[in-house]
Amino acid sequence: MWKSRREDEKPLATSTPQPPAPAVPAPSAYQPRNVEIPKVDNHRTDVANIGKSVIIKGELSGSEDLFLDGEVEGNIDLRNFNLVIGPNGRVRANVDAKEVVIHGKVDGNITGIDKVELKKSSVLNGDIITQRIVIEDGAFFKGSIDIRKTEPKPKVEVARPVAQATAATSTFNAPVASTSPSVEKK
Amino acid sequence: MGFFRNIFGGSAQQPSALGEGAPRIPRRSTGFNQFTRAILRPDGQRILDLGSTSSSNINFITGLGHRAYNEDVLMAANASRLVIPGPEEGTTTVDVDRFLAEDLQYDPESFDAVLLWDVCDYLPEPLVKPVVERIYQITKPHGALLAFFHTKDAGAEAPFYRFHIKAEDTLELQQGPHFQLQRVFQNRHVENLFHDFTSIKFFLGKESIREVLLVR
Repeated sequence: MWKSRREDEKPLATSTPQPPAPAVPAPSAYQPRNVEIPKVDNHRTDVANIGKSVIIKGELSGSEDLFLDGEVEGNIDLRNFNLVIGPNGRVRANVDAKEVVIHGKVDGNITGIDKVELKKSSVLNGDIITQRIVIEDGAFFKGSIDIRKTEPKPKVEVARPVAQATAATSTFNAPVASTSPSVEKK
Repeated sequence: MGFFRNIFGGSAQQPSALGEGAPRIPRRSTGFNQFTRAILRPDGQRILDLGSTSSSNINFITGLGHRAYNEDVLMAANASRLVIPGPEEGTTTVDVDRFLAEDLQYDPESFDAVLLWDVCDYLPEPLVKPVVERIYQITKPHGALLAFFHTKDAGAEAPFYRFHIKAEDTLELQQGPHFQLQRVFQNRHVENLFHDFTSIKFFLGKESIREVLLVR
């Protein structure tokens, strides 16, 4: 109950100057601290949150995960980050994200690089391009699904003499991107 | 309490309005087996599923290397926005023009194969012929179409089932949303309805179902 304070729990910065302690190395910026972090709702900490009363018209882009429970009309571009469209979410936009989970309604095409998940309350009118798809019973979906597996990355040759590297380049075959033409809706 | 409900078949066993969580009944299907053979090669075909959204079907189709298209025609056909006053006072009908303007909107000859399931048996009468004509238009020549029809033994209260693809010759039936069986086609009716198609094959299925494989 009355534990003595450990060295690594010392505050990183203090207002009063103290003499340096030569026996203890200075704490680095990345040193983990033994502090218990309280569990809180992810949507409030790590994920940006757009509430149900928010209406956005235009381009929505970002570099963090997003929970969207409002309305968006335009374009959503999160590329390497995850998007959750909440039960109140109403999206009329093309969506580009790493993983897309839909609880609400979407009119637009979805590109989920890793995965697209349609929950049972979801309504999607649009085409999906993804690697993996999960659709719960009860989800409504109208559109096409194009499963695109990522090609294995070609091995990068380490530095070699110029003559050898040139020979390797001539035999290298770049992966061909999926080019299946899409059926255009009228 | 939930445990006892499960044991004694309480509400936890009851299918919801959309059929979520309803048990799936496996059934072998010769018609579907023939359909699968027709779409095995080459890769990259476009397959249109006109039944309820099913991840099993999408996984099966995309697993064959094809591109899956999904459009729940029955859900769209029964949307309240399509209901208009009928020719006689106090009656209603379906706005066929609006349906065709908003649904099944694809370029001609877009699809290599179409899964129609038993949609025709549940479609409102004014939509049956226009839907079949539209399907003909958007299917490629030599494209396959799989349709199921109830036999007269099914009865008017035959439940509506969603079809999930389990394997290349096995389907799973899951009781779905409540749609009323509108009619029972005789073989002659089916032939007339699909008279533009070049070939038609009937397979007698189980549980009062006829399976029909058509080639455009």
